[in-house]
Amino acid sequence: MPDFSAGLLDRSRTIAGPGYNRWLVPPAALAIHLAIGQAYAFSVFNKPLGSLISGDADHPAAGDWTLAQIGITFSIAIVLLGLSAALFGKWLERVGPRKAMLASALCFGGGFLIASLGVSLHNIWLVYFGYGFVGGIGLGIGYISPVSTLIKWFPDRKGVATGMAIMGFGGGAMIGSPLAVALMSHFKGSAPQGVAPTFIAMGLIYLLFMQFGVWTIRVPADDWKPAGYVPSEEHSALITTGNVSADNAIKTPQFWLLWVVLLCNVTAGIGVLETASPLIQETFSKAALGDKFVTPAAAAGFVGLLSLFNLLGRFFWSSASDKLGRKPTYLLYFGLGAVLYAIIPTLGHNLQLTLYVVVACLIISMYGGGFATAPAYLSDLFGKYQVGAIHGRLLTAWSTAAILGHLIVSTLSEHAKANGLTGAAAYQSVFYTMAGVLAVGFLADLAVTAVNEKYQEKGPVTIEAGGH
Amino acid sequence: MNPKANSNPTAKESAGGSTVLAWLYVGVPLAWGVSQTFIKALALFK
Repeated sequence: MPDFSAGLLDRSRTIAGPGYNRWLVPPAALAIHLAIGQAYAFSVFNKPLGSLISGDADHPAAGDWTLAQIGITFSIAIVLLGLSAALFGKWLERVGPRKAMLASALCFGGGFLIASLGVSLHNIWLVYFGYGFVGGIGLGIGYISPVSTLIKWFPDRKGVATGMAIMGFGGGAMIGSPLAVALMSHFKGSAPQGVAPTFIAMGLIYLLFMQFGVWTIRVPADDWKPAGYVPSEEHSALITTGNVSADNAIKTPQFWLLWVVLLCNVTAGIGVLETASPLIQETFSKAALGDKFVTPAAAAGFVGLLSLFNLLGRFFWSSASDKLGRKPTYLLYFGLGAVLYAIIPTLGHNLQLTLYVVVACLIISMYGGGFATAPAYLSDLFGKYQVGAIHGRLLTAWSTAAILGHLIVSTLSEHAKANGLTGAAAYQSVFYTMAGVLAVGFLADLAVTAVNEKYQEKGPVTIEAGGH
Repeated sequence: MNPKANSNPTAKESAGGSTVLAWLYVGVPLAWGVSQTFIKALALFK
């Protein structure tokens, strides 16, 4: 029975009644992830933000923000994503998904509004604080908020459920990018480049859009199980029946092995994503291919295609992991991924454009799959008790990878270009290094074994006690 | 699920209807975003 003396946002008010359809939970989760996934489309603001004074993106004036200055906003947001997911994970388990989703919506939407003020005052620190810091906290809380709820609703299809939600994060950029372009074009006459009113509009749109998730989300009763679901008696050694708290999880080698697994997966993926546009244009340039060279518009198409495969991979690979098992799925990502990274420079050197695109899409699908399979892997190893909080702590690997991946790509490619290498050769060392990074991930995944029972909670656990 | 609740056809239809609406709420913007991306991606094959 719902506790009507409790506030509307309290966890006790979100416990589903009889007859609740669990397939309402993935759309609630998607409403959050589709919104916060906009973060991956922040680069659409790079040129407009860099020409607020001059009004001409190709000819910035003195005082216009540089690309490097603007890029820091996204970096802060991603670092805050990891930190806030780690810090607020236990709080989320205690208060439930509704309060956490509302906090996420307020931070993410509010971050846009603060950033809008920063744009109007031409104060980049306010943009950093708004979109980067406050918005980044919204990203972190929002990213983990539906995960443990989904795992509890879908114990029989954990990979499918988390894959659907995390797919939304990939899809968010696909909505956020054209939406921002349309809004900036609409507001262009009323403000420099239309950016400030676009930030206000997007903040309000996302704040409202996310409310659907806030008010639809329900958690199952403690004794609820899907109709006809009988947990398998013959558990795999890597699927526990016990529960490990978030505080104990970080004391286990398994947590840190998975941290390395996620770090390697994201670092390598960023290698392709970050350089996708210049990479394909420089590899298949006019000098190399003649009239069939890759134009900037075609390169933008390549980036779009990668986003699409990033999204599809999140759902496909995570769902496949329900059948294949989490450990073999990651071994596949890393084993096959390392081979594909190693052959990409050769495909570029031989000017095999179609194969090059196919291989890049496959790589990115596995990068997305690596993100989406992580919560189910954690649930297998540590149980569902505080899986949201443990996932939050694991996401610090993402923040680290965002910095590490950028560092590897920029250092190696710039070094190669400084040595006179051009085309595919300029990126050869990047891809070989990333293949090595994936080999490290392979070994880390290979070393994962069942968690020692001494870390498990003794006796029955209650979700409400999750934060204590 | 509670079998009693599911045995009521009206309740079942209403739950089914709200699930469809919920999926449309997130599915329509996602489909729009995917279509925009797909159109952009076509430039690669021209």
